[in-house]
Amino acid sequence: MAAIENNEIRYLNPPTVEVRKKKYCRFKKAGIKYVDYKDPEFLKKFLNEQGKILPRRITGTSLKFQRKVAQAIKRARSLALLPYVTDLLK
Amino acid sequence: MIKQYETVFIATPVLSETQMKEAVAKYTDLIKANGGEVVYEEDWGLKQLAYPIQHKTSGFYYLIEFKADPQFVNVLETQYHRDERIIRFLTVALDKNSIAYAEHRRQVRAGKAAAPKAEEPVAAVEAEVEPENVEE
Repeated sequence: MAAIENNEIRYLNPPTVEVRKKKYCRFKKAGIKYVDYKDPEFLKKFLNEQGKILPRRITGTSLKFQRKVAQAIKRARSLALLPYVTDLLK
Repeated sequence: MIKQYETVFIATPVLSETQMKEAVAKYTDLIKANGGEVVYEEDWGLKQLAYPIQHKTSGFYYLIEFKADPQFVNVLETQYHRDERIIRFLTVALDKNSIAYAEHRRQVRAGKAAAPKAEEPVAAVEAEVEPENVEE
């Protein structure tokens, strides 16, 4: 009660203010204009463990490059550089 | 009209080295015979496939970059279809960004071949391209 009278709220634990890092499009940042399908190691950054393409909301890629990434991944899959379905890709 | 293309094919792993060279020569000659021009060739060697194709778990990868008439792509792909040695292929038209990328990639690889340990000041992504393919 005393705390409220003093117009001051006290916490047992200091409240944690979550500072979320702003997502950014790595292609725009690095000035990359072409996504290469011949590089499976790079494309794996955009896949989950089952080999599915990660959504933009997770990777932060811009729409323009998400389309290019998706295209490159699909090309790499057809050349057996990346699997269509798998477990424990990473 | 001439456009630039890039084609990758996977040949069966049962081929001997000379047979593989024959297969490559067949396609490079085909490109030249149809008024095209081979810009670049790259042998990736025997690689493991990410999933089996025709009950095979590995294959010889070969990349050819060429300039040709768009109608030639159909000719090339019918040849691929008829060739039993080829188990998979992909032909992609290159636009100005991908041509620039391909040139850059070539230079990096040429530089790597000369001095394998030299760190090249490239954009992070492109630097990661290299080690994977070279090792195979």
